[in-house]
Amino acid sequence: MPVVMDADRISRAITRITHEIIERNHGVAGLGLVGVRSRGVPLARRIASLLAGVAGEEVPTGALDITLYRDDLMRAAVGPQPLVRKTEIPFSIDDRTIVLVDDVLYTGRTTRAALDALIDFGRPKAIQLVVLVDRGHRELPIKADYVGKNVPTARRESVQVRLQELDGVDEVVVEVGE
Amino acid sequence: MDATAATALSQKNLLGIADLSPEEIVLVLDTAEAMKEVGRRAIKKVPTLRGRTVVNLFFEPSTRTRTSFEIAEKRLSADTLNVAIGTSSVVKGETLVDTALNIEAMAPSMIVLRHVSSGACHLLSRICKAAIINAGDGMHEHPTQALLDAFTIRERKGRIGGLKVAIVGDLLHSRVLRSNLLLLSKLGAEPWVCGPATLIPPGLRNLGVRVTTKVDEAVEGADVVMMLRMQLERMQGGYFPSLREYFRTFGMTQERVARAKPDVIIMHPGPINRGVEIASEVVDGPYSVILDQVANGVAVRMAVLYLLAGGADDETVA
Repeated sequence: MPVVMDADRISRAITRITHEIIERNHGVAGLGLVGVRSRGVPLARRIASLLAGVAGEEVPTGALDITLYRDDLMRAAVGPQPLVRKTEIPFSIDDRTIVLVDDVLYTGRTTRAALDALIDFGRPKAIQLVVLVDRGHRELPIKADYVGKNVPTARRESVQVRLQELDGVDEVVVEVGE
Repeated sequence: MDATAATALSQKNLLGIADLSPEEIVLVLDTAEAMKEVGRRAIKKVPTLRGRTVVNLFFEPSTRTRTSFEIAEKRLSADTLNVAIGTSSVVKGETLVDTALNIEAMAPSMIVLRHVSSGACHLLSRICKAAIINAGDGMHEHPTQALLDAFTIRERKGRIGGLKVAIVGDLLHSRVLRSNLLLLSKLGAEPWVCGPATLIPPGLRNLGVRVTTKVDEAVEGADVVMMLRMQLERMQGGYFPSLREYFRTFGMTQERVARAKPDVIIMHPGPINRGVEIASEVVDGPYSVILDQVANGVAVRMAVLYLLAGGADDETVA
């Protein structure tokens, strides 16, 4: 079970991404952060608090649940439906640059669903994508703007991101599947 | 998150609250909270049930429930079809089965059924592949009404367990009452029921419900007061002297509401008969959540449709 990122590396990656966001957008004016549930949400909040520290300005932050937009919902054999949790975007995304935050970028299907969901909330000026880990194997033409770490993986492996807020520990682990 | 929380419904149909565990009820309410947010968006529609067909089969008049189901289905992008059949043209038994078989032949994913006969949904669930959702069957159950009532109570009170819930009105003919009593006792509330002695069905006390014919006693210190309509269309013969006398004895007036807790909420499943079971100023009063119930009905029905729609259609029809 190799640990590919520990708490220190995660923290440094998030700090670097924060600075990249400021540099690329010439500050934080007109930005909004949206974390994809579950683990994108604490990541987005961490970036928000770093942005507030560095730029001295609060960036509005929301949480997006993409379950209702999944492309595999009604295709699997009869089984339990995934839990739907609340989407909370307490600001208008119209004409804002939305920084979408997720933990792992893999096939790109979650990001596709998140983009569709976001568009239903309004018409952002632009959408940028932050991921903590890019593990490759894209099935859709999607690319992240900010990447914490590129982790080459095999498809049978799984990447587990654990975060203090939800799991009590900060680490990224690659596990070998069945 | 609670380790014992349910993550799915164990049944393919929603025939009644009787079939749901407390954990499943909480799952529906939690899912409905997420669905309620969809209704607050500029674009009130998600693509979840694209390509699914839902047939609303109503053998009894209904405005609220049918509209509510239809809006819920449309917000989830299902294709909806309304079949409204007047009670007069339908005889029980074979006709219902034949109608259902014909609709079934067109391969809908789900059938939302309202029928005058208790047990109609159970009957259909045995012959149909489609999931059956009970939208009210005779004097038996009306599960989505009880779920939206519970959702509204939880939204206002933060909990359901331990609350005194007084239900007043026509207890004998009410499927809403039956579903609500089942749900409230499963979630640990303290239900009281009150109505004229002629309209109290036997055996209610066996359900662990406090029964009284004195409305003041039922309302005293209540957290929630739920009014039920006099279902005159189901009454043959005199169950009470007159509607005016009924209002004097059991009608919810502001004086009676004052006996409940200061933060009481007043509920009614509709349709309301102002001046019969409830005074007009109570309907429009600050403690009335009657219109919240209607709004929440859409979210709760979206949750039920979503949770029952799991998996692919196992068969397509040529």
